[in-house]
Amino acid sequence: MLELKNVQTSYGNIQALQDVNLTIHAGEIVTLIGANGAGKSTTLMTISGIVPCRRGKILLKGQEIQALSPDKIVALGVCQVPEGRHIFADLTVRENLDLGAFLRTDKAGIKQDLEYVYSLFPILAERRHQSGGTLSGGQQQMLAMSRALMARPQLLLLDEPSMGLAPLVIKQIFEIIKAINKEHNTTIFLVEQNAHQALHIADRGYVIENGRIILADSADKLLNNPDVQKAYLGI
Amino acid sequence: MDYFIELFCSGLTRGSIYALIALGYTMVYGIIGLINFAHGEIYMIGAFTSFIVATVLSIYGFPLAAIVVVAGVAAAIWSSAYGYTVEKIAYKPLRHAPRLAPLISAIGMSILLQNYVLLAQTSDFLPFPELIPEFAFMEPIAHIIGSSDIVILLTTTVVMLALTFLIKFTRIGKAMRATAQDRTMALLVGINVDRVISATFIIGSALAAIGGLLIASHIGQINFAIGFIAGIKAFTAAVLGGIVYSGSCSGEPDSGPDRKFCHRLYFQ
Ligand SMILES: Nc1ncnc2c1ncn2[C@@H]1O[C@H](COP(=O)(O)OP(=O)(O)O)[C@@H](O)[C@H]1O
Ligand SMILES: [Mg+2]
Repeated sequence: MLELKNVQTSYGNIQALQDVNLTIHAGEIVTLIGANGAGKSTTLMTISGIVPCRRGKILLKGQEIQALSPDKIVALGVCQVPEGRHIFADLTVRENLDLGAFLRTDKAGIKQDLEYVYSLFPILAERRHQSGGTLSGGQQQMLAMSRALMARPQLLLLDEPSMGLAPLVIKQIFEIIKAINKEHNTTIFLVEQNAHQALHIADRGYVIENGRIILADSADKLLNNPDVQKAYLGI
Repeated sequence: MDYFIELFCSGLTRGSIYALIALGYTMVYGIIGLINFAHGEIYMIGAFTSFIVATVLSIYGFPLAAIVVVAGVAAAIWSSAYGYTVEKIAYKPLRHAPRLAPLISAIGMSILLQNYVLLAQTSDFLPFPELIPEFAFMEPIAHIIGSSDIVILLTTTVVMLALTFLIKFTRIGKAMRATAQDRTMALLVGINVDRVISATFIIGSALAAIGGLLIASHIGQINFAIGFIAGIKAFTAAVLGGIVYSGSCSGEPDSGPDRKFCHRLYFQ
């Protein structure tokens, strides 16, 4: 589905990603874990075309996308829920969802997906005329994920969806990530600091440190890896 | 009392024209955070374009209504082309530069366009044809509010309602609101932000051109420097009214009478 080959990204003179290689197969949940400032968000922003890829290749189903503009990448079915949710605070919940479907023209499909996200998160249906900024953190995360789903993505990029949320809400969010993956066969690339939860729902995982991938393995093996346990699982 | 109402009406007229121009400032500021100093010149170019078109058409003896419409449309198109081009050559290359750079570029564009019109046209004041006649049915209240005031107020009201509709309900309007609020997220939902920025400059320029036509026929003369002065007034209105869409509409018509009123008091 998606392949990063020797991807390098820099902010001015700061090299944020150095030769990142990773592969995500269709239908998988793959997680990327790492400490603060390791380069997780930069990886997603590079895939989405927001931050330019300095060197290397990003292949989506074999097609090079590293030089495409962000809207073209969305049109190819890659959607991101960025860190911090980025809700359009002054727009209503409904308008936020409509913007998720900005590039779509199939009215019937959009309506169907609207009902689908309302069924996943009934609270959003209840609050649909309320402005996005008035929602709680958990509700905003639900809205951000729903907005991405409204684009009917083939590959969903999630940046720390559990950040700042209560444990019960986190559990709910992770269950829904699993459900989206199962029911719609949506491929998911999940960036997390919450390594424990992430590795439990993922098929495979990568560990990033200082802009380099230092480990790649199946999720089970990473959970039992002593280095990972010490550094990221607090065991 | 009559004098007060008369001042109020003429202030409202001027104010509503400045509001049309001010919208261009607020829309651009809302989307890219830049004070577009060249916007006053876009308005001036609109006034010149409508002057040229109106003069030519009146030589051929077209009816007044047709002249007004054709001159307005031509000015809107021509000014939009300038606004679009200014953004592409002076601001877009500096989109990721420090904020001061596009600001200086904007001042440069303003000076360039002024001098371009000065050289290409003239430094003299040109008499602008009177495009709006005195209507007979306005006779009883003509001492309070003139026919051209009524036409101007109606035109600006219609234009602003159309703009409100565009911003609120159309696809490009939604994209503009999204881009103004969060550019990164707008990109992430697939909005072509470059196109939104271009559309903003085009719409703002067209509004300024209509303002240019109205104010020029109201005052009766134009020259290359009117953009600078109107620009400062409209910019003030934009700041006082708040740099938001609805604010500039509601803010300026109020400050219009005030400004005019103070002006009269000061000079009499
Ligand atoms: N906009 C930016 N400008 C400059 N440096 C940045 C920017 N965003 C991130 N960085 C730097 O890039 C590195 C990786 O950041 P990031 O990808 O946000 O890490 P993570 O998401 O893993 O916490 C950090 O050293 C950070 O300081
Ligand atoms: Mg991050």
